[in-house]
Amino acid sequence: MSKDVLVFAEQRNGRLHPAVAQVVTPARALAAAGGGRVVGVVIGAAVDAAADALAATGVDHIVTISDSSMERYTALRYRSALAAAIAHLKPGVVLLPATFMGRDLAPRVAMRAGAALATDVIELSRDGEGRLEVRRPIYNGKAFGRVSFPAGRLAMATVRLNTFAPAAGGSGAGREAIGAPAIEGDARLTCTEVVRTGGEVKDVTEAEIVVSGGRSLKSEENFKLLYELAGVLDAGVGASRAACDAGYQPHSRQVGLTGKTVTPKLYIACGISGAIQHLAGMRGSKVIVAINSDPEAPMCKLADYAVIGDLFQVVPALTAEAKKLLAH
Amino acid sequence: MKILVLIKQVPDSTTTIRIRPDGGDIDRAGVKMVVNPFDEFAIELAQQLREKRSDVQQITALAVGPAGAAEALRTAMAIGADDAIHLQDGAFETLDELQTAALIGAVVRDAGYDLILCGKQEIDLDSGQLGPALAERLDWAHVGAVTALEVGADGRTIEASRRIEGAEERVRCGLPALLTIEKGLVEPRYPSLPNLMKAKKKPLAVKSAADVPGFADLAGAVGGTHMHKLEPPPARPAGKQIKGEPAQQAAELVRLLREEAKVI
Repeated sequence: MSKDVLVFAEQRNGRLHPAVAQVVTPARALAAAGGGRVVGVVIGAAVDAAADALAATGVDHIVTISDSSMERYTALRYRSALAAAIAHLKPGVVLLPATFMGRDLAPRVAMRAGAALATDVIELSRDGEGRLEVRRPIYNGKAFGRVSFPAGRLAMATVRLNTFAPAAGGSGAGREAIGAPAIEGDARLTCTEVVRTGGEVKDVTEAEIVVSGGRSLKSEENFKLLYELAGVLDAGVGASRAACDAGYQPHSRQVGLTGKTVTPKLYIACGISGAIQHLAGMRGSKVIVAINSDPEAPMCKLADYAVIGDLFQVVPALTAEAKKLLAH
Repeated sequence: MKILVLIKQVPDSTTTIRIRPDGGDIDRAGVKMVVNPFDEFAIELAQQLREKRSDVQQITALAVGPAGAAEALRTAMAIGADDAIHLQDGAFETLDELQTAALIGAVVRDAGYDLILCGKQEIDLDSGQLGPALAERLDWAHVGAVTALEVGADGRTIEASRRIEGAEERVRCGLPALLTIEKGLVEPRYPSLPNLMKAKKKPLAVKSAADVPGFADLAGAVGGTHMHKLEPPPARPAGKQIKGEPAQQAAELVRLLREEAKVI
């Protein structure tokens, strides 16, 4: 096992996932503490554009694994490829972004590589003996757990989105292409198509700012107010379970226990009272704004900034103010 | 077709989580335990497949956990499972997620299941490791976070959708396969009283470490993380209330987000 820290550099259609640059940040710190390199691994069909973007994050070395069969993600082909990269590089630590792909892939690769794994981590460090130690939310953010790793075994972690600032600065990484493993059984699983859902606005799990609405929006039509604000702030639009169940927004936009978990730097909850199941999906947001007529609502208690008022007046005013500010 | 559904018993989502003074675990006294909601989707899906198709011969529910996990298995049998396997041993309690997957793999490897279903994650530890890790252990295909499913008429292939960022992946694979279930695919039913009564009479096999082939070597091969300290979430500083006319409120909020919170 070397002292290198390997980062799975997720890409789709040549676009590096923005969370990869975030993962490079703790990877650099761990590599510096252990005296190793940060090595990024790009897997796909056409990998050059993503490798260029990865180089700009300041990784020390880039490994690409390219094959036409890996144009779209499948758990089997990608686990074989990432496991091959691990066997080739023998890193001590492997980090993946806790994206849909990273969460799907990491447990398979960890099992295959005989590694130990912690998911959705928010802090990473090395203990006195140089072993990985992480901290992760449990019970939907109602508690946190410190997790230690065993000696002498590859340590893997998926890193929660929007937890670390993106790394930048660099272009000197050397590149190395290794062959895609040809494992016949991997063809059992194929991805036949990728269908866009939820329109062209950002997905709530990817956005750095989320504007979210509850049932008090009263109709799908009224969600336009939120989309206008989201447009100005380059935000994603989310909704409470009640709003989705009422048909105002598709379930793909639902934030909460049985919807998506989001960790943006800013979460603006419009007319969401804050049921515990909703809080479970957004409690990890850095800054929380509540816009609500009821100052006693749980969301107003949780919020860093609670705007007490009628969302139908406050939201358009906020859109106008944000426009003024961001025009400068 | 033989279906296995993995069940975990977890604290109810509305429970107040208190951490023991030694930080080793949560205080479990008086905590209401339920079937992990995502696993409930899985058992419901299995039962719906049986109701729609003629080739589902058996649905088995399996749980790893202390004595109380038997309650969760009885619930699964009230919804649809024909029988249950309860892996219960003090030695299982220190296993981490990957080791638990290896344990289940050792028990189910030669049992002839065509489909294994489980929730996309467990709402206590929120790790989401079990399904994909077990599929790898068995060298099966898996589809994670499934939101739509069609099982082919021949019972040998499936087509499924899984949710990703702003899109859905449509995937196809042969059986056997493991699926982890996302919300929205099915709505779990409430078990009826007669079915709850019937579930008490269905067979539930308890297995200990001695019943698991190769258990002694299992923990040495993979996993081994240890959650050694639980901590409460950091206290959020008291928030600010912004009152006044909407235009003033909006201006003040934008100023605070820019100058104080520095997020826009």
